[in-house]
Amino acid sequence: MTTSASISSMKAEEAANLIIGGERLFILDVRNEADYADWKIEGKRVEAVNIPYFELLDGVDEALAALPADREVLVVCAKEGSSVFVARQLAEAGVSGVRYLEGGMKAWSEYVRPVKIGDLRGGGELYQFVRMGKGCLSYMIFASGEAAVIDAPRMTETFLRVAEERGARIRHTLDTHLHADHISGGRQLALQSGGTYWLPPKDAQEVMFDYAELADGARIAVGGATIEIHALHSPGHTIGSTSFLVDGTYLLTGDILFVASIGRPDLAGLAEDWAGDLHETLYERYRALPEELIVLPAHFGSWQELGERGAVAARLGDLFAGNPGLNMADETAFRRMVTEQLPRHPNAYEAIRQTNMGRLTPAIEEQREMESGPSRCAIHDN
Amino acid sequence: MSGTSSIPTDFILDCKGLACPMPIVRTKKAMDQLQAGQVIEVQATDKGSLADLQGWAGSMGHHYLGTVADGENLRHFIRKASSDDALGGEPFARTATNEELQAKLASGETLTLLDVREPAEHAFGRIPDAVSIPLGELEKRANELPKDAPIYVICRTGTRSDLACRQLEGLGFVIIYNTIPGMSAWGGPLERKA
Repeated sequence: MTTSASISSMKAEEAANLIIGGERLFILDVRNEADYADWKIEGKRVEAVNIPYFELLDGVDEALAALPADREVLVVCAKEGSSVFVARQLAEAGVSGVRYLEGGMKAWSEYVRPVKIGDLRGGGELYQFVRMGKGCLSYMIFASGEAAVIDAPRMTETFLRVAEERGARIRHTLDTHLHADHISGGRQLALQSGGTYWLPPKDAQEVMFDYAELADGARIAVGGATIEIHALHSPGHTIGSTSFLVDGTYLLTGDILFVASIGRPDLAGLAEDWAGDLHETLYERYRALPEELIVLPAHFGSWQELGERGAVAARLGDLFAGNPGLNMADETAFRRMVTEQLPRHPNAYEAIRQTNMGRLTPAIEEQREMESGPSRCAIHDN
Repeated sequence: MSGTSSIPTDFILDCKGLACPMPIVRTKKAMDQLQAGQVIEVQATDKGSLADLQGWAGSMGHHYLGTVADGENLRHFIRKASSDDALGGEPFARTATNEELQAKLASGETLTLLDVREPAEHAFGRIPDAVSIPLGELEKRANELPKDAPIYVICRTGTRSDLACRQLEGLGFVIIYNTIPGMSAWGGPLERKA
């Protein structure tokens, strides 16, 4: 029995690093069962039990029985309050080293973890920013004191801070498409940094703000002429969806092609129309590209897609060999796969689209609420 | 549901401005003071309180009735678990099934439908034209009911209505039916208004 009945917080960053580092983590998630079923913290060596805090009001015996004797416990709830409530009771019952997730799932959803993907020519670098709680991926290209950010989330501070730390000025922010699962920070980040916000014009027909048109074949320079971002129109998830070829090595596929799945064509209500576009993009436009390209998607569907160091990336040739979405025998079967039995829609996806068009301006708390839960942009997501 | 109308309850608990877990902690304490079958209104501004109260009520056996949204304010209605299914004495002999009542209503036959559940239960789902008199008020309000037409009594599971039928019989009412199993399994027309 320990003498200490103290509890301590754990930031989302520490939890993410433990998970990516392959450390064992035991989570007692005290949210209600429906929220837990909807989304939770997962990882290779994460073990979790769900006991709602409101079943522990009269004592924590039920939780004590479920906890491992030999490990620290991380208590998780929606916003922190209930996890502190339960953690204190556990500590009072003699459990040592009880921690709670600072800011709860709200903070987990907003945390983005930078991972270096590789060096680019002329001393440039490419980073992936992994939003572990939501499954969103953003990218930052550095070259000669300049930076470009692709598919930025609404938490733009992280990107401003990283740019400042590296003495780089953000010249461009780009969105591969009009997002339906999360609120884009692209326009905001461009305003904050004095850069240019780029959006595919076919996805921008109803937007309420000025933007630079990302036309098929456009070339955007970062760091003088050091690094080039080459835009490739690749419709299917949306009509304007655009991929980026970076430094001739990396293919940023947006929500068209993921490591374990492919994009869903139905989030703007036009699944039947866009299924054909999606097929053409995946089976013709992408097929014509070099197999050596490294695919960097805008999402991942489960922690299994997180590779070494927590990055999400795969060789295009490997995906042609193993990704089920790239291996359908004919277009009819493909159409069926991408229009029938799709996963649930992302939370509040229509309001999120309206927000990304500048037609809605929800308060920050409401934005958080709209973004709760996983992205569900792939056809195989849960 | 939304609206600002008031629904009579046995207790109103103000949890406005409180963050999770306090709305549930307070509700539990308040509920401990209530008697079985009584209804509490919990006012809260924490959006998470809805799913959590539903989950908590379910696991405790309490009966979550519904929630009214007044702008930012959420008004949750919960009825404390009751063991009123364990009544003494012979059950009231004349019963009608839900389906029989539904057919009578559809045929337009003259009858009185008496709902003896609490006002909050009535508010969150009732048969159109049902007269609402909670069981606890029946003795003193029985004079509102006609003595010359059949009365079909209904509650949630047939227990309170059974008691109501026996009370009405003692008060001189003659043509009375206990509707079983009651609102918990009602498949006919339903209206809600709060």
